[in-house]
Amino acid sequence: MSRFLIHRALIALLVAITVSIIGFTLLRLSGDLASALAGDTATQEQIAQTAHLYGLDRPLSIQYFDWVWKALHGDLGRSLFTNEPVTYLIGQRIGVTAQLSVMALTFALLIAIPLGVVAATRPNSWIDRFSLGLAVLGQGMPNFWFGLILIIVFGVSLRWLPISGTDHFSNFIMPTITLGTSVMPAIMRLTRTGMLDALDSDYIRTARAKGLSTRSVLFKHALRNAILPVVSLTAVSLGFLLGGSVIVESVFALNGIGFLAFQSILRTDFPVVQSIVVFVSFCYILLTLVSDMINAYLDPRIRLG
Amino acid sequence: MTSIERDRVIISSPAPTYEIEIEAPSPRMIMRRRALTHPGFLFGATVVLATVIIALCAPLLTPYDPYAQDLSQRLIPPVLAAKGSWAHLLGTDAMGRDYLTRLMYGARISLTIGFGAAALAGIIGTSLGLIGGYFGGWVDSVVMYCVNVKLALPGILVALSLIEVFGGSVFSVTLILGVLFWDRFIVVTRSVTQQTRVADYVTAAEAVGASRFRIILGEVLPNVLNHIIVIASLEMAVAILVEAALSFLGLGIRPPTPSWGLMISEGRNFMFFQPYLVAVPGIAILVLVVAINMLGDGIRDITAPEGRN
Repeated sequence: MSRFLIHRALIALLVAITVSIIGFTLLRLSGDLASALAGDTATQEQIAQTAHLYGLDRPLSIQYFDWVWKALHGDLGRSLFTNEPVTYLIGQRIGVTAQLSVMALTFALLIAIPLGVVAATRPNSWIDRFSLGLAVLGQGMPNFWFGLILIIVFGVSLRWLPISGTDHFSNFIMPTITLGTSVMPAIMRLTRTGMLDALDSDYIRTARAKGLSTRSVLFKHALRNAILPVVSLTAVSLGFLLGGSVIVESVFALNGIGFLAFQSILRTDFPVVQSIVVFVSFCYILLTLVSDMINAYLDPRIRLG
Repeated sequence: MTSIERDRVIISSPAPTYEIEIEAPSPRMIMRRRALTHPGFLFGATVVLATVIIALCAPLLTPYDPYAQDLSQRLIPPVLAAKGSWAHLLGTDAMGRDYLTRLMYGARISLTIGFGAAALAGIIGTSLGLIGGYFGGWVDSVVMYCVNVKLALPGILVALSLIEVFGGSVFSVTLILGVLFWDRFIVVTRSVTQQTRVADYVTAAEAVGASRFRIILGEVLPNVLNHIIVIASLEMAVAILVEAALSFLGLGIRPPTPSWGLMISEGRNFMFFQPYLVAVPGIAILVLVVAINMLGDGIRDITAPEGRN
């Protein structure tokens, strides 16, 4: 098990380094960052001055190592727009995004896993068809549009829920439903197929033959195996939600890191954008590593192999 | 056991005794029969086909120009509303442009970007998956490493940044989405290739001295093709959704091009008084994406080798 984990951790480290290079290069592709920073009316001389000021006249590799060195010491640079440290900007907003992502994931799991289990125990029943329909709709709906429709119905017509802001729990209900709906179908389908496979297997027949109760067969034997791929998918989904909340945050005017990234892209504020891209990637890498560990712990074939 | 044995009927009559062999239905016939009895496939195929025809024939189907503004005709509601008019079935937008016309021309954008991005991603992903799955070893490790890097990057944020750099034309959006969504193609192609390369006919091809290039294209690729079509339909649906989201955020297709996502974004300012401006393009996206997904699932069921009888 420790060899498996060391191997996984090494790959994760390599991936993290590559991601940081890609994130760093991303906004420098345009090539004229200095002139964008100096403004439209800047002379050639002023552009050169700006380039020198921000260290943009140095070779790209030197700039990269400089950035990594500072980043390892907790300095991600300053926003070109507000001149605040990037770490401060991210720290200020990560709470909103993290809360939204975790709530959306919880919402998705609370609907997807029970529905997936029930659908698998009664294939082709009305509840199976209902959950399938829900999955098809959830997968086909543009989630920013779903958010707007919720605002029109529950925010404006019925006046049940506030349509923007972050002060109160009720502010998060519509964003949670919107974002949760985007990851719910995949989790539900995976739970359903996993349960169907498990219920069809020999050890379930044995468990039933031994006279175990249906509940024990379902939850202790079948679900325990069916849940393994769901754990991985949940970690992947959480990483996806952290990066994908940009759309929902802008629909509901939530001031999280997704919205910050979006604003910074519009302003060519590259220290902020590259930091957020790399930060979200690192969260994803860490989450998948943790999910591998959980899987190794849950699955004796990996733990002892 | 096989369908051939089951369909062989022996008819014995007094004399002379003869045997009629009813030929087993060909895979093509089985697929046709399955297709005609698969409701999801029929629905998906009909809607996708209809959308393609509408997109191609838009100038013939509508008398309006999707770009022509007429401020005297602003914000007319759809025909069924109290103030609706038969001249504009789905009403007009804030610029007085016929909404149905913009919707029809918008289908061109969604289909082009969806198809183009899925094709590009399919070419990249399938090639890498075939190479990784066939050669294995360190080549495979490099391919899987690429997949891991791709998965770790936040796709929407990277797409937004790239479009900001390269501009929001249909061509650049297609290219950027195509370059971002190849991971599923790799994963599926690779695992099918790994299963196929140990098959007897591949060993036979190797034994008679076929080149690796020939084996990959001639023996392995045909096995992967069905899976690729299914993934391509899924990725096409995803690309259409992502294009809509990017255009909605103002960092995709630029106005005045009638992209469905952009139409929702423009309608957003009026959504409290004219909700149809937001509802209509969203329903169009929903129906097209659901249809493409059903078509993909249908193709998977129809071409599956299991249970052909």
